Amino acid sequence: MNAMLPVLRVSGLNKSFVMHAQGDLALKVLNDVALSVAPGECLALVGPSGSGKSTLLRSLYGNYRPQSGSIRIRHRDSHGEGWVELVGAEPRVTLEVRRRTMGFVSQFLRVIPRVAALDVVAEPALRLGASLEEARRRAEFLLGALGIPERLWPLPPATFSGGEQQRVNIARSLITNYPVLLLDEPTASLDADNRNHVVELIRHRRDAGAAIVGIFHDTVVRDALATRLHNVVLPGAQA
Amino acid sequence: MADGPILAARSITKRFGSRVACRAVSFDLWPGEVLGVVGESGSGKTTLLNCLAGRLLPDEGSVGYETASMGTVDVHGLSEARRRLLARTEWGFVNQDAREGLRMAVSAGGNIGERLMAIGARHYGNIRQTAADWLGRGEIDLDRLDDRPTTYSGGMRQRLQIARNLVSEPRLVFMDEPTGGLDVSVQARILDLLRSLVDRMHLSAVLVTHDLGVARLLTHRLMVMQGGSVVEHGLTDQVLDDPHHAYTQMLVASILPV
Repeated sequence: MNAMLPVLRVSGLNKSFVMHAQGDLALKVLNDVALSVAPGECLALVGPSGSGKSTLLRSLYGNYRPQSGSIRIRHRDSHGEGWVELVGAEPRVTLEVRRRTMGFVSQFLRVIPRVAALDVVAEPALRLGASLEEARRRAEFLLGALGIPERLWPLPPATFSGGEQQRVNIARSLITNYPVLLLDEPTASLDADNRNHVVELIRHRRDAGAAIVGIFHDTVVRDALATRLHNVVLPGAQA
Repeated sequence: MADGPILAARSITKRFGSRVACRAVSFDLWPGEVLGVVGESGSGKTTLLNCLAGRLLPDEGSVGYETASMGTVDVHGLSEARRRLLARTEWGFVNQDAREGLRMAVSAGGNIGERLMAIGARHYGNIRQTAADWLGRGEIDLDRLDDRPTTYSGGMRQRLQIARNLVSEPRLVFMDEPTGGLDVSVQARILDLLRSLVDRMHLSAVLVTHDLGVARLLTHRLMVMQGGSVVEHGLTDQVLDDPHHAYTQMLVASILPV
C-alpha cells in the first residue's frame, strides 16, 4: 500500500485544557503530535487510559480545538479536490468536511427525541442528496447487517440497550462512504457476535480504501483492523 | 455554497439609558446555517435578536441582509414599510410567547393563510389546503382548523406559530426561546418539528435560547453572550464539548444530567 498518498496529515498538534473554575489550571494533553494516514490504512491509537487518545481523535474531528498545529485532510466537493486545514477552520468548513469526507463513531449515541432509529441512520445519506427511499433502503441493510431486530427500526433509540444504541450509531456513520473514518471504541459495549459484525463492516470499508484512525481497547478488534499503531503519550509521562 | 452571507451583523451596540444591553456584536450568517445565541437571562440575547430583525434600532453598528432578488440591504436603513414587507415575505419570527406571534382573534387556518396571502396567494381552496397541510405537519388535528388559537393549548399555539412563520418558505427565521416555558414532552415535539423543517427547507436561522440542550439539537454554531458581549463562539459541539471561556465552562458545567 506504500503507493497510496496520505489523505490525513497532522503535524505539530498541541492541545491544552484550561479549567477556569480550578484557578485556570492548564492541562497539556497533546504535545507536538504528528501522524498521517493513507487510504486502506487503519491507524490504531494506543496508550494507557488518560494518555490523550480520545482528545487526539476528537481534535481530528474538529470537536476539540487545538491551540496550534495543523490537521489537513483531502476533501472533495463540487469545486474539486484539495487539502483543507481544520485547525482554526470556519465552522461551515468543518461541517462541510464532516458532511462529505470524515465520519466519527463515538461510544455513545446522542439520541434525537422522537426520531425513529431508521431515520437516525438514514439522515447523513439524505444530507448528501440521496432520495428518502434510497437512504432508508441503505439504513435497513445496515441495521440488518448489525443485527438490530426489525421491530426496533421504527422506534426512537432512546430506550434501546447500550449495545443497540452503539450499533445504530455505527450504522449512521457507515451509511455514507466517508473517505476518512474516526472510531472511538466502536465495539465497547457489544457481545462477541455483534462485535464480529462490526469488525467485518469496518474491515470492508478499510479494504475499499477508507483511511481509518481508531481507539480499540479490545485487542481482538485491534488485531483484526489495525495496519499500524500510533503510541499516544501524555506530555511529561515516561514514554 | 452561496457566494456570501445571508445576514451580516457589524458591531451592533444597543443601550437602554446608561446600561449596555448588547455590545459590539459582529458575525456572518451563511445560507443554511442555524446560529444559536446562548447565555443567561439578561445577557442581551433577545436585544440582539430584536436588533437583527429590525425590531429595535441599535445605537451603533449595522445589519446587512442579502435579499432574494434585490441585493444586500441595510436592515435599519429601510423604510418601515419595506422592512415590514421583508418581514412578511422573506423572514419569519417565532416569539417565545405564541400570543405575540399569532392573531388570537383569527382562526388557525386564517393565521396560516394570512402569511400565504402576503406572498401573493389568492386561491381560497389552495390556501385552505396548504393551511391544512401545515396543521398536519404541526401534529394539530384537522378539525381544529377553524378554531381560534385562544382555544389551543400552549404547545399547540407554538406549533401553529411555527406553521404560520414557515408556510411562506422564508429564507431567514429569527427564533426567541421557541420552547421556553413548555413541558418537556411538548418541547420535544416542537424541537422535532423545527429540526425537520430547518433541514428540509434549508433555512437560515438565528435562535436565541438559554437551553444548551436545545442549542445542541438545533444549531450549527453558537455564540455565548455574557453581560451584553459575545465571550465565545464556534461550532456548537466545540463550544459545548471544549468550552474555553470561564463563563461557558460554568454554563456547560451547570447542565443537569438526565
